[in-house]
Amino acid sequence: MTTTTEPIADEQVRLGMYRMMQEARLFEKRAQDLFLEGLIKGTSHLALGQEAVAAGFAATLLPDDLVYCTYRGHVHTLLRGAPMGALMAELMGRANGICGGKGGSMHLTDVAHGAMGSYAIVGAHMPIAAGAAWAAQERETGQVVVCFFGDGTTNIGAFHEALNLAVVWRLPVVYVCENNLYMEYTAIGDVTAVANPAADRASAYGLEPVVVDGNDVDAVYETAVRLVERAREGGGPALVEAKTYRQGGHSRADPAKYRPADEVEAWLARDPIPAYRDRLLTSGVEPGAIDRVEREALELVDRATEEAKAGPYPDPEALGTELWADGGSAWRS
Amino acid sequence: MAELTYREAVSRAIAQEMERDPSVYFIGEDVAAAGGVFKTTEGLLERFGPKRVRDTPISEQAIIGAIMGAAMNGLRPVAELMFSDFFAVCWDLIANQIAKTRYMTNGQVALPLVIRTANGGGVRFGAQHSQSVEGWAMAIPGLKVVVPSNPADMIGLFAAAVRDPDPVIVVEPKVLYASKGEVPDGEVVDRLGSARVLRRGSDVTIAALGAMVPRSVEAAESLAGDGIDAEVIDVRSLVPLDATTILESVGKTGRFVTVEESPRLCGWGAEVASIVAEDRFFDLDGPIVRITTPHIPLPAADALEDLAIPSAAAIAERVGATMD
Repeated sequence: MTTTTEPIADEQVRLGMYRMMQEARLFEKRAQDLFLEGLIKGTSHLALGQEAVAAGFAATLLPDDLVYCTYRGHVHTLLRGAPMGALMAELMGRANGICGGKGGSMHLTDVAHGAMGSYAIVGAHMPIAAGAAWAAQERETGQVVVCFFGDGTTNIGAFHEALNLAVVWRLPVVYVCENNLYMEYTAIGDVTAVANPAADRASAYGLEPVVVDGNDVDAVYETAVRLVERAREGGGPALVEAKTYRQGGHSRADPAKYRPADEVEAWLARDPIPAYRDRLLTSGVEPGAIDRVEREALELVDRATEEAKAGPYPDPEALGTELWADGGSAWRS
Repeated sequence: MAELTYREAVSRAIAQEMERDPSVYFIGEDVAAAGGVFKTTEGLLERFGPKRVRDTPISEQAIIGAIMGAAMNGLRPVAELMFSDFFAVCWDLIANQIAKTRYMTNGQVALPLVIRTANGGGVRFGAQHSQSVEGWAMAIPGLKVVVPSNPADMIGLFAAAVRDPDPVIVVEPKVLYASKGEVPDGEVVDRLGSARVLRRGSDVTIAALGAMVPRSVEAAESLAGDGIDAEVIDVRSLVPLDATTILESVGKTGRFVTVEESPRLCGWGAEVASIVAEDRFFDLDGPIVRITTPHIPLPAADALEDLAIPSAAAIAERVGATMD
């Protein structure tokens, strides 16, 4: 497993990743609060504890690169650059949401920032990401596609179909398994033939098995830089397994009582954000700089919350718009 | 004008669009080197090269997912799904992803892609390679569905599908691949959402689709010998649906019959019949009649399959009976 010894990122990049993780954490905690207040409805799948995987890759990508993620996708969409207020508004079902309120928590998309969608059917986006990479390859755009997915995805057919195609066509796509130990409510180890659900399958597709500490943002960054640049240079796809932990339940409805208390305790002690804070301080980053990041992240979340709350509910006319490219939804003459 | 088989029309259609637009790519199982299991794509690999005409593994989710992703990133891809029965192994990508993404993203994502697929029975393949599944696709908001019944329509509707900014499923009745028809010289481009009146008549309107179109025309000719003047409409496009042409015809004839190859329940004709009932009830002189395959999987034996799928004779007999 890749862990950090000497970080390859400079201080600016590292502080940037700390900022990303802070913003992601505070955004999701705020979303959780808004749920309890009844301002966000439906469901939501938080990635509390998994922020380092998203931040390590987000810091690596170029503006034209494309990211595909899952219904646990708030953080990936945010860190790709989607405006936080519009994301919060989308969760709240407002017209100023990033998808006008039609997507919701599980379907956040911001094409303008290369956040190509959160996919709520497990595995579906694996071949879609391959297709985007295929277009990048044919059009010679230099783009790399990064596709995040959960450990549960490794047991569904689309995972295997996509990996095979990506390798056969040598596509510029990096697949990143966020192994948080649970597929929904069930421990992944209880229902999977191998110990490392993604990495142990890599050799079946001629890929290098890559395991990284997903709670160590420096380690994720180092892995991301290597594999993203290799893909960009024509070296083909990669499959990464990032070991991490979902601090909460699967969704809003899940108190996650099936997890052993000592396991939860051990992983909370490995929370990627305070650990990184300590590491930055140890490596000489000014405490004031860290404090400023934390303060600004909170201010950003506050502003985003106000912006979202101030947004109107969607106009009734929006119900029938944007099914087709002509802007409407007519199906008969 | 030239006479082409339907299968020749398929390859001409793809070639026409690939020639015109370098962003059109074509992938599928056995479509390149082998020229397609129905020999509908012969010559395309030689003409456009192995990058634009590409064989895939037997991975329908990967095929359909790949064209969706490619359409999100600047290509106008076309996939062949070898048999429409295989929708069942990649339906998530079609029904949950391709169909819904534009709406869910409030128009951020356009998906200009085409899925062509061989559909229907009449070739003794049995229940898993003979289904008429156009109704599956029709039932999902966000998919356009066309069913060309002759070579000229195959080229024209396919061209319209490729040029359309939304996902379109082109359903090809495989029993018609060997059939012939006149095709205009030069570029052929048609229009989605347009039905065509193939035979004018004043007594009854017969709306048919795909392989049922030539049989319905044949039935109408036979009915003419009995003094029944049937109007035959090739529906051609299920979504969008040209209800106007159908309703105008029913307004004139006062009787309406659908001829569907699909099994009875929830066939396209049920939707069309309900439109006619709602919009033209007081113009009707008799009950609407749906002629369909029985609600069974298709058997392989020719004697049984021929009993199941509406024949010209069966159509004529049933239409004749409704006129009493």
